[in-house]
Amino acid sequence: MIRRDLVDAMVRHARRDHPDEACGVVAGPVGSDRPERLIAMVNAERSPTFYRFDATEQLRVWRGMDAADEEPVVIYHSHTATEAYPSRTDISYASQPDAHYVLVSTRDPDSHELRSYRIIDGEVTEEPVEVVESYMFSHTGADDVPDAP
Amino acid sequence: MAVTVSVPTILRTHTGGEKSVDASGSTVAEVIEDLDSRHSGIKGRLVKDGSLHRFINVYVNDEDVRFAGGLEAAVHDGDNVTILPAVAGGCAGS
Repeated sequence: MIRRDLVDAMVRHARRDHPDEACGVVAGPVGSDRPERLIAMVNAERSPTFYRFDATEQLRVWRGMDAADEEPVVIYHSHTATEAYPSRTDISYASQPDAHYVLVSTRDPDSHELRSYRIIDGEVTEEPVEVVESYMFSHTGADDVPDAP
Repeated sequence: MAVTVSVPTILRTHTGGEKSVDASGSTVAEVIEDLDSRHSGIKGRLVKDGSLHRFINVYVNDEDVRFAGGLEAAVHDGDNVTILPAVAGGCAGS
Protein backbone atom coordinates (compact mmCIF):
# COMPACT_ATOMS: atom_id res chain seq x y z
CA MET A 1 0.00 0.00 0.00
CA ILE A 2 1.37 3.39 -0.97
CA ARG A 3 0.07 6.95 -1.08
CA ARG A 4 -0.81 8.39 -4.47
CA ASP A 5 1.35 11.49 -3.98
CA LEU A 6 4.40 9.23 -3.51
CA VAL A 7 3.59 7.25 -6.65
CA ASP A 8 3.13 10.50 -8.58
CA ALA A 9 6.48 11.79 -7.26
CA MET A 10 8.30 8.60 -8.34
CA VAL A 11 6.78 8.82 -11.82
CA ARG A 12 7.62 12.54 -12.11
CA HIS A 13 11.21 11.81 -11.08
CA ALA A 14 11.46 8.99 -13.63
CA ARG A 15 10.09 11.25 -16.38
CA ARG A 16 12.42 14.09 -15.42
CA ASP A 17 15.54 11.94 -15.68
CA HIS A 18 14.43 10.05 -18.79
CA PRO A 19 16.24 8.70 -20.84
CA ASP A 20 18.62 8.07 -17.92
CA GLU A 21 17.45 5.76 -15.17
CA ALA A 22 16.14 7.53 -12.06
CA CYS A 23 16.44 6.08 -8.56
CA GLY A 24 15.50 6.83 -4.99
CA VAL A 25 14.05 5.57 -1.74
CA VAL A 26 10.89 6.06 0.25
CA ALA A 27 11.61 5.91 3.95
CA GLY A 28 9.15 4.88 6.62
CA PRO A 29 9.17 4.16 10.35
CA VAL A 30 11.15 1.02 11.25
CA GLY A 31 8.92 -2.03 11.21
CA SER A 32 5.87 -0.14 9.88
CA ASP A 33 6.17 -1.24 6.23
CA ARG A 34 4.63 2.18 5.48
CA PRO A 35 6.41 4.37 2.91
CA GLU A 36 6.21 8.03 3.93
CA ARG A 37 9.19 10.18 2.96
CA LEU A 38 10.44 10.16 -0.62
CA ILE A 39 14.08 10.92 -1.26
CA ALA A 40 15.05 11.28 -4.93
CA MET A 41 18.65 10.12 -5.24
CA VAL A 42 21.33 11.02 -7.76
CA ASN A 43 22.06 8.24 -10.23
CA ALA A 44 25.86 8.32 -9.99
CA GLU A 45 26.06 6.41 -13.28
CA ARG A 46 23.85 8.90 -15.20
CA SER A 47 23.09 6.06 -17.57
CA PRO A 48 20.06 4.86 -19.54
CA THR A 49 20.89 1.24 -18.66
CA PHE A 50 22.32 1.33 -15.13
CA TYR A 51 21.82 3.07 -11.83
CA ARG A 52 23.81 3.33 -8.65
CA PHE A 53 23.19 5.53 -5.65
CA ASP A 54 25.97 8.05 -5.13
CA ALA A 55 27.93 6.55 -2.21
CA THR A 56 28.36 9.78 -0.27
CA GLU A 57 24.72 10.77 -0.68
CA GLN A 58 23.67 7.25 0.32
CA LEU A 59 25.59 7.47 3.59
CA ARG A 60 24.01 10.83 4.40
CA VAL A 61 20.51 9.60 3.60
CA TRP A 62 20.98 6.30 5.49
CA ARG A 63 22.26 8.22 8.54
CA GLY A 64 19.24 10.50 8.30
CA MET A 65 16.93 7.50 8.31
CA ASP A 66 18.76 5.96 11.28
CA ALA A 67 18.45 9.19 13.24
CA ALA A 68 14.72 9.34 12.51
CA ASP A 69 14.12 5.63 13.29
CA GLU A 70 13.30 5.04 9.65
CA GLU A 71 14.31 2.41 7.15
CA PRO A 72 14.15 2.19 3.36
CA VAL A 73 10.65 0.77 2.81
CA VAL A 74 10.74 1.30 -0.96
CA ILE A 75 13.73 1.35 -3.27
CA TYR A 76 12.67 2.56 -6.70
CA HIS A 77 14.26 3.01 -10.07
CA SER A 78 13.16 3.40 -13.64
CA HIS A 79 13.66 1.37 -16.77
CA THR A 80 13.54 3.76 -19.69
CA ALA A 81 13.33 1.36 -22.63
CA THR A 82 12.16 -1.92 -21.12
CA GLU A 83 9.31 -3.21 -18.99
CA ALA A 84 9.00 -2.64 -15.26
CA TYR A 85 10.41 -6.03 -14.34
CA PRO A 86 13.68 -6.65 -12.44
CA SER A 87 16.61 -7.39 -14.73
CA ARG A 88 19.34 -9.90 -13.92
CA THR A 89 21.43 -6.91 -12.82
CA ASP A 90 18.66 -5.70 -10.49
CA ILE A 91 18.37 -9.14 -8.94
CA SER A 92 22.09 -9.68 -8.45
CA TYR A 93 22.57 -6.34 -6.67
CA ALA A 94 19.41 -6.41 -4.56
CA SER A 95 20.71 -6.18 -1.01
CA GLN A 96 17.70 -5.12 1.06
CA PRO A 97 15.55 -8.15 1.79
CA ASP A 98 13.03 -6.04 3.73
CA ALA A 99 12.49 -3.47 0.97
CA HIS A 100 9.87 -3.26 -1.74
CA TYR A 101 11.65 -2.84 -5.05
CA VAL A 102 9.49 -0.58 -7.20
CA LEU A 103 10.14 -0.30 -10.92
CA VAL A 104 8.73 2.45 -13.12
CA SER A 105 8.92 2.03 -16.88
CA THR A 106 8.97 5.24 -18.91
CA ARG A 107 9.41 3.60 -22.32
CA ASP A 108 5.93 4.79 -23.34
CA PRO A 109 5.84 8.61 -23.27
CA ASP A 110 2.08 8.69 -22.65
CA SER A 111 1.62 6.09 -19.95
CA HIS A 112 3.83 4.58 -17.29
CA GLU A 113 4.00 1.14 -15.81
CA LEU A 114 4.70 0.82 -12.05
CA ARG A 115 5.18 -2.56 -10.38
CA SER A 116 6.57 -3.75 -7.06
CA TYR A 117 8.67 -6.77 -6.09
CA ARG A 118 10.42 -8.45 -3.21
CA ILE A 119 13.88 -9.66 -4.13
CA ILE A 120 15.29 -12.12 -1.58
CA ASP A 121 18.31 -14.33 -2.22
CA GLY A 122 17.94 -13.89 -5.96
CA GLU A 123 14.26 -14.81 -5.96
CA VAL A 124 11.77 -12.28 -7.35
CA THR A 125 8.18 -12.15 -6.11
CA GLU A 126 5.82 -9.59 -7.59
CA GLU A 127 3.33 -8.05 -5.19
CA PRO A 128 0.18 -6.06 -5.85
CA VAL A 129 0.40 -2.27 -5.47
CA GLU A 130 -2.54 -0.63 -3.75
CA VAL A 131 -2.56 3.13 -4.26
CA VAL A 132 -4.43 5.06 -1.57
CA GLU A 133 -5.10 8.76 -1.03
CA SER A 134 -4.11 8.55 2.63
CA TYR A 135 -3.04 5.88 5.11
CA MET A 136 -5.35 7.44 7.69
CA PHE A 137 -8.46 5.68 6.49
CA SER A 138 -6.74 2.44 5.57
CA HIS A 139 -6.38 -0.56 7.80
CA THR A 140 -2.70 -0.25 8.60
CA GLY A 141 -2.83 -0.59 12.36
CA ALA A 142 -3.86 1.19 15.51
CA ASP A 143 -1.11 3.80 15.46
CA ASP A 144 -2.34 5.68 12.42
CA VAL A 145 -1.64 9.36 12.39
CA PRO A 146 -2.82 11.91 9.84
CA ASP A 147 -0.50 12.37 6.88
CA ALA A 148 1.55 15.52 6.68
CA PRO A 149 -0.16 18.13 4.50
CA MET B 1 43.28 1.05 17.14
CA ALA B 2 39.81 0.29 18.44
CA VAL B 3 36.98 1.19 16.09
CA THR B 4 33.25 0.68 15.89
CA VAL B 5 31.86 -0.99 12.78
CA SER B 6 28.28 -0.41 11.63
CA VAL B 7 26.99 -3.58 10.00
CA PRO B 8 24.17 -3.52 7.40
CA THR B 9 21.12 -5.77 7.80
CA ILE B 10 22.24 -8.18 5.11
CA LEU B 11 25.53 -8.96 6.92
CA ARG B 12 24.11 -9.27 10.42
CA THR B 13 23.83 -13.02 10.00
CA HIS B 14 27.60 -12.94 10.58
CA THR B 15 27.36 -10.82 13.74
CA GLY B 16 24.57 -12.62 15.54
CA GLY B 17 22.16 -9.81 14.62
CA GLU B 18 24.32 -7.01 16.03
CA LYS B 19 24.20 -3.78 14.04
CA SER B 20 27.34 -2.38 15.60
CA VAL B 21 30.45 -4.35 16.60
CA ASP B 22 33.94 -3.52 17.86
CA ALA B 23 37.07 -4.25 15.87
CA SER B 24 40.68 -3.16 15.73
CA GLY B 25 43.29 -2.38 13.10
CA SER B 26 45.17 0.53 11.62
CA THR B 27 43.83 0.10 8.08
CA VAL B 28 40.48 -0.96 6.64
CA ALA B 29 42.09 -4.27 5.59
CA GLU B 30 43.23 -4.97 9.18
CA VAL B 31 39.82 -4.07 10.55
CA ILE B 32 38.20 -6.53 8.12
CA GLU B 33 40.71 -9.27 9.08
CA ASP B 34 39.94 -8.66 12.73
CA LEU B 35 36.20 -8.71 12.07
CA ASP B 36 36.53 -11.98 10.18
CA SER B 37 38.40 -13.60 13.07
CA ARG B 38 35.37 -12.99 15.27
CA HIS B 39 32.56 -13.03 12.71
CA SER B 40 33.56 -15.79 10.36
CA GLY B 41 32.73 -15.33 6.71
CA ILE B 42 32.28 -11.57 6.73
CA LYS B 43 35.51 -10.92 4.84
CA GLY B 44 34.30 -12.96 1.91
CA ARG B 45 31.28 -10.66 1.62
CA LEU B 46 33.44 -7.53 1.53
CA VAL B 47 36.64 -8.38 -0.28
CA LYS B 48 37.10 -9.97 -3.66
CA ASP B 49 40.47 -10.69 -5.31
CA GLY B 50 42.32 -8.53 -2.83
CA SER B 51 40.20 -5.41 -3.15
CA LEU B 52 36.90 -4.16 -1.86
CA HIS B 53 33.93 -5.72 -3.55
CA ARG B 54 32.66 -3.31 -6.17
CA PHE B 55 29.17 -3.16 -4.73
CA ILE B 56 30.11 -2.71 -1.11
CA ASN B 57 30.62 0.81 0.19
CA VAL B 58 32.92 1.25 3.18
CA TYR B 59 33.25 4.58 4.93
CA VAL B 60 35.65 5.71 7.65
CA ASN B 61 33.62 8.27 9.54
CA ASP B 62 32.07 10.19 6.61
CA GLU B 63 34.61 9.36 3.95
CA ASP B 64 34.13 6.76 1.22
CA VAL B 65 37.37 4.75 1.41
CA ARG B 66 37.43 4.42 -2.37
CA PHE B 67 38.81 7.95 -2.36
CA ALA B 68 41.17 7.32 0.55
CA GLY B 69 43.22 4.30 -0.50
CA GLY B 70 40.60 1.55 -0.46
CA LEU B 71 41.59 -1.34 1.80
CA GLU B 72 44.76 0.55 2.75
CA ALA B 73 42.79 3.56 4.03
CA ALA B 74 43.94 4.48 7.54
CA VAL B 75 41.71 4.17 10.56
CA HIS B 76 42.30 5.78 13.92
CA ASP B 77 41.28 5.07 17.47
CA GLY B 78 37.61 5.83 17.96
CA ASP B 79 36.76 5.96 14.24
CA ASN B 80 33.47 4.66 12.99
CA VAL B 81 33.64 2.29 10.03
CA THR B 82 30.33 1.97 8.17
CA ILE B 83 29.58 -0.80 5.71
CA LEU B 84 26.69 -0.25 3.29
CA PRO B 85 25.80 -2.40 0.31
CA ALA B 86 25.63 -0.16 -2.75
CA VAL B 87 22.14 0.27 -4.15
CA ALA B 88 22.47 -0.45 -7.83
CA GLY B 89 20.91 -2.18 -10.79
CA GLY B 90 19.47 -1.29 -14.13
CA CYS B 91 17.89 -2.65 -17.25
CA ALA B 92 21.15 -3.95 -18.73
CA GLY B 93 20.92 -7.71 -18.59
CA SER B 94 17.14 -7.80 -18.76
